Amino acid sequence: MVFSLVSGSIPVFNEYGFKFIFSSAWNPTEGREEYGALSFIAGTVITSIFALIICIPLAFATSLFIGEYFRGKWFAKGLGTMIDLLAGVPSIVYGLWGFYVLRPFIVDLGLSTQGYGIFTSGLILAIMIIPYATSISTEIISMVPNDLKEAAYSLGSTKLEVIFNVIVPTARSGIFASFILAFGRALGETMAITMLIGNTNAIPKGLFDTGNTMASVIANQFGEADGLKLSALIAIGLLLFVITALINAAGKFIIKKFA
Amino acid sequence: MLVIINNSGESNYRSKKNKLFLGLVILLSLLTISPVVLIIYKLIAKGIHQINLSFFTETAPDTLAAMTAINNGEIIPGGILNGITGTLFMVTLASFMAIPIGIMIGIFLYENTEKKYAAIIRDISDIMQGIPSIVLGLIAYLWIVKNVTNGFSALAGAVALTIMMLPLIIRSTEETLKMIPQSIKEAGFALGVPYHKVMLRVLIPSSLSGLLTGILLAISRVLGETAPLLLTALGSPIVNLNIDKPTSAVPLLIWDFYNDPNMVDLIWSSSLFLMGFVLTLNLISKRIAAKRT
Repeated sequence: MVFSLVSGSIPVFNEYGFKFIFSSAWNPTEGREEYGALSFIAGTVITSIFALIICIPLAFATSLFIGEYFRGKWFAKGLGTMIDLLAGVPSIVYGLWGFYVLRPFIVDLGLSTQGYGIFTSGLILAIMIIPYATSISTEIISMVPNDLKEAAYSLGSTKLEVIFNVIVPTARSGIFASFILAFGRALGETMAITMLIGNTNAIPKGLFDTGNTMASVIANQFGEADGLKLSALIAIGLLLFVITALINAAGKFIIKKFA
Repeated sequence: MLVIINNSGESNYRSKKNKLFLGLVILLSLLTISPVVLIIYKLIAKGIHQINLSFFTETAPDTLAAMTAINNGEIIPGGILNGITGTLFMVTLASFMAIPIGIMIGIFLYENTEKKYAAIIRDISDIMQGIPSIVLGLIAYLWIVKNVTNGFSALAGAVALTIMMLPLIIRSTEETLKMIPQSIKEAGFALGVPYHKVMLRVLIPSSLSGLLTGILLAISRVLGETAPLLLTALGSPIVNLNIDKPTSAVPLLIWDFYNDPNMVDLIWSSSLFLMGFVLTLNLISKRIAAKRT
């Protein structure tokens, strides 16, 4: 698989060399063709980091709810099922919901005139990756030995102090890894982002600016691509593959090393 | 005395902080699950009136028919038959490829847990699971569309889905087999049963529910995939069961409807159908898994 991606992207690397990664020009007009992936890499990383920042408090709170505060209660299980449902919603349905519900809402709030952009797609992305982060951190949090927690309680700690002085330090690496894996998911999401990010081929300047991610540019421009452009898109796919593989390997490594 | 007052003041503060944090946790958790409620509500509210018999028995309408219907204030005629058949066709094809290979690799990993190459295969399968689906679409495009079928085809879509399903099936097969007591297998060997018969008659039957859970979860994962199909199967306005012709799928139809201003009404019912399908499979597999433990 790696081989075919690499061989497919050779033409564009031949043409531009490493400038392909560091250039933000994207001009498919015949005769003056120029391709650079930087604006898409930037768009991908910015949306994913933004999604991660939103995802962290929500996923952490939810996994505390399920794994610690109400462990084993029926409504904690209900919440877990809801999170599973969230994971089961197809990407394109998230995109539709974002387009027809979230986007007008953001326009109403006056945050941006069109509603497209980094902010909207980051929000949707956050909702999409919460289930991944939650399910792993819940598991890790509920694996913290009871002895440790009871020792802290017997010294007169409140639940809050137990959480931040016992549970979080013990489960730290696992929770961290769960967010890394969620980040890896966020990098590769396609359809929902394509529908919401606005698809402009430039490095986004702010949170409400439009942009394009690596996955969305492939989905958008693949239909009319051939020759050098096709090769450029395949090269973007290769970059995306390498980045996500590295992120995932890092997450797996952390889990293995510390858990 | 002063110390005690101070002390109770502090513990008051601590218990208040404690309660405040609990409140925050509950609030954020409710915020987290609110989208799923909102999404399902929206889909049902907007989509239910489009769902009727012809929705399942007719192919997608063309723009003109949809426009006339909207102008006359009627619901859009036609349905998503080409999408349903396409999805079922490609998922079935993918299952035929992914299930045997996945289970065999899973058994292999289970039998060679300690070996070095098993660890390598496990790592590769983990990495495969993390690859974005659109990249898998690209790979299937390079492999099948360019070299085998010379055009967008159901086979290419099925291959993309197969690569998506494989790691899930491998993982679940291995995990399930690990939970079966060694003694059952050894009892088989002690009776002089050949290796392949122990596998087929003892191991697989006793882990059937676990395998089924993994397979159903894998299928429900790929049912809603749009991005890889966009690059491989492309879509088609007619019912197609030909392996080397472009084929439609429910998510692809949603994408088409979304891009066509005359057909936007259909997206809600198609999404409702797709989500109902995916979530039902999901719940069934969870139910099987819960029964087992």
